[in-house]
Amino acid sequence: MKILGKWLLVTLLICSMPAKAALDIVITEGVDAARPIAVVPFVWQGTGPMPSQISDVVMSDLARSGTFSPTDELSLPQRNISTLAQFDAKAWMLQPAEAVVMGSIKPYGADKYLVSFELIDLVKAQLQSDLGPQAAKDLVIDSRETVISAAQFRQYGHRISDVVYEKLTSIRGAFLTRIAYVVVKHGEKSPYQLMISDYDGYNEQMLLRSPEPLMSPSWSPDGQQLAYVSFENRKAEIFVQNIYTQARKKVTSFNGINGAPVFSPDGKKLAVTLSKDGQPDIYVVDIATSALKRVTNHYAIDTEPSWFPDGKSLLLTSERGGRPQLYRVFLDSGKISRLTFEGEWNLGGSIAPDGRSIVFVNRTNGKFNIARMDLETRFMQVLTSTRLDESPSLAPNGTMVIYGTTYQGKQVLAAVSMDGRFKARLPAGQGEVKSPSWSPFL
Amino acid sequence: MDLNKLFKAMLVVLPIMAISACSSTSESETDATSSTETSTSESANNGVETGGVAPVLTPHEQQQLKFQELRKEHIIYFDFDRSSVSQQFAEVLEAHGDYLVEHPNVRVMIEGHADERGTPEYNIALGERRAKAVAKYLQGMGVQPSQMSIVSYGEEKPMDLTRTDDGFAKNRRAVLVY
Repeated sequence: MKILGKWLLVTLLICSMPAKAALDIVITEGVDAARPIAVVPFVWQGTGPMPSQISDVVMSDLARSGTFSPTDELSLPQRNISTLAQFDAKAWMLQPAEAVVMGSIKPYGADKYLVSFELIDLVKAQLQSDLGPQAAKDLVIDSRETVISAAQFRQYGHRISDVVYEKLTSIRGAFLTRIAYVVVKHGEKSPYQLMISDYDGYNEQMLLRSPEPLMSPSWSPDGQQLAYVSFENRKAEIFVQNIYTQARKKVTSFNGINGAPVFSPDGKKLAVTLSKDGQPDIYVVDIATSALKRVTNHYAIDTEPSWFPDGKSLLLTSERGGRPQLYRVFLDSGKISRLTFEGEWNLGGSIAPDGRSIVFVNRTNGKFNIARMDLETRFMQVLTSTRLDESPSLAPNGTMVIYGTTYQGKQVLAAVSMDGRFKARLPAGQGEVKSPSWSPFL
Repeated sequence: MDLNKLFKAMLVVLPIMAISACSSTSESETDATSSTETSTSESANNGVETGGVAPVLTPHEQQQLKFQELRKEHIIYFDFDRSSVSQQFAEVLEAHGDYLVEHPNVRVMIEGHADERGTPEYNIALGERRAKAVAKYLQGMGVQPSQMSIVSYGEEKPMDLTRTDDGFAKNRRAVLVY
C-alpha cells in the first residue's frame, strides 16, 4: 500500500507537469525503497516570466531513475532559496531526505541565462545543525554555474540530474541520452518512421520515413550514427545514417536477409545477420571497406548479434539446439557455447555495459517477457510482466532497460530497472511504437 | 499493391468464370455446374431471338479452370513457429505450380510473414524459412528457381492487428505475389 501511495504521488507529480513530450512516461510500479530527495524550485532572478523551470526536468529525471523519490514541492520547509547561505539547517531538521538540490536562473544578455545550482548533503546538515558556519561549507557536495541559451534548458536540466545522480550513487547518470525507435502508422501512405528523441521522449525528430518497413535501429558508439534495416527497395538492406548531416550509406544489400546490425565497440564494423549463403548466419562487415567476415555457419537460424564490451566475442540467438537460445561466439576461434537453459526460448539479447550480465526476451509458458541473467552465476530473473515484450535495449549506465511491449492492443515502449523493481510505460500519441534503442552517453 | 494484383487477377478470372457458368454434360462434371440451358437473348424491336450453347470443355480445360479458381487463393498459413506447408494448401500450391510450369516467363514473389510473438529479427528469419518452404514445394513441382524470388517481412506487415490467437494465425503466412 505504501508503494501505491508513492506510485500515486509520483504519477500526480508527473501528470502535473506540462506534457510536451512525444512519449509521456507513466510510472507503473515505483520502488518502495526509492531514496527521498528534495529539489527546491530554481529561483528566477529576472523580470517577466521564466523561460522554463529547469528543476522540473531534474525532478522528473530523478523520479524516472527509480532510485530517487523527489519530495512534493509543497512539503518543503524552505522554498525560494538558491544558495547554502539561505539554507536554514534548523528548518530542515526533520525533513526525510538525504540531499537538497537548489539553484537559480538569471538573465545574462540576449538569450543567455546564468544557471547556478548546489547539491547539499542534508544528512550531514541534520547531524551538524549545531555547528558553526565553517562546517557549513562541508555540506556542499557539488555546485556549478553555467551560461546557457533558452533552447538548452532541458539539456542542462539533464546535466544537473547526471551530476546529482552520480554524486549520490557513484553511478554515471544517463539522463543526457537519446532513444531511437520506429513508429508505424498503419493505413498511412508512408507508415514507417525512424525517430529519435531525448531519453524522456522530448525533442522528437524524424530521421527517415518510408512506405516499406524500417527495423532494428542501433547507435554508433559516438552517438552520431544509426544503423538500421530498410525495405525501401522491396528487399532488406542495411544502412548507416548520420543523425546530424542526414548522410546515408548502404552497407549491405545481399540476397535474402540483411538484418540485426550492431556497431562494434570501436564503431568501425557492424555485426549483421545475412542469409545469402543459405540459412541466416552472423557476419561482421567493415563499414568503410565492406569487407565481410563470416562468424557462424550452421543450418539453423543464427541472428541478433550483440557485441561484448571488449569486441572479441558476440552474443547471438541460435536455433541450433532446436529452439532459440542465447549463445556466445568468439571471433578469433569461432568457438561457440550456449548461455541460456531456463524457459522455452531465450532470444534478442544484449550485454550490460560492464559485461557481467545480459538482458533478453524470455519465453516461459508461452509468455514473452524481458529477463536478465548474471553471466557468472547464471541466475536468471524475469523483469517484466507486460505482454509480448521484445527488443530490450540498455541505458549506457546499465541501470535501466527500455523495450517494446503491447498495451491496450497497441505497441508501446516501456522501461524497467535492472532489478525489476521500477517500471514505467511510455505511451505514444499515435501509431505503434517499437524497436527502441538507447544511445550511448552524449 | 496487393489489391491491384488481385484486381488484375479478377480481370482474367471473371470472364472465364462467366464462360464456365454453362457447362457440358460430360460425366465428370455433373456436380460442378448443373445447367445445360442455352443462353438466349431477345431483341425488343423485332422479336428476333438468338441462341447458343456453352463450349464443351476437355478434362484438361476443366482442370485449368479449377486451377484458375484455386489461384485466387494466394496465401498459405502456417502453425506457430512452424514452416512446413500444411496438406490443406497442397491443392492451392499445385494450381500455382502448374501455372508457373506452363508459363516459364512468369515470375512470382514469395513473401514470408510471422506473427508478433518473439523478436522482430527472429521473426524475419522465420518468415524467410516459410517463404523458402513454399519455394521448395513449387520447385518440387518443376517451377524454375529463376521464376521465384523471396522476401521476408517478419512481423513488420501484419494483416490482422488484433493480437489475438486468431489474429496471430492470420499473420503467420506466405503470400504469392505475381
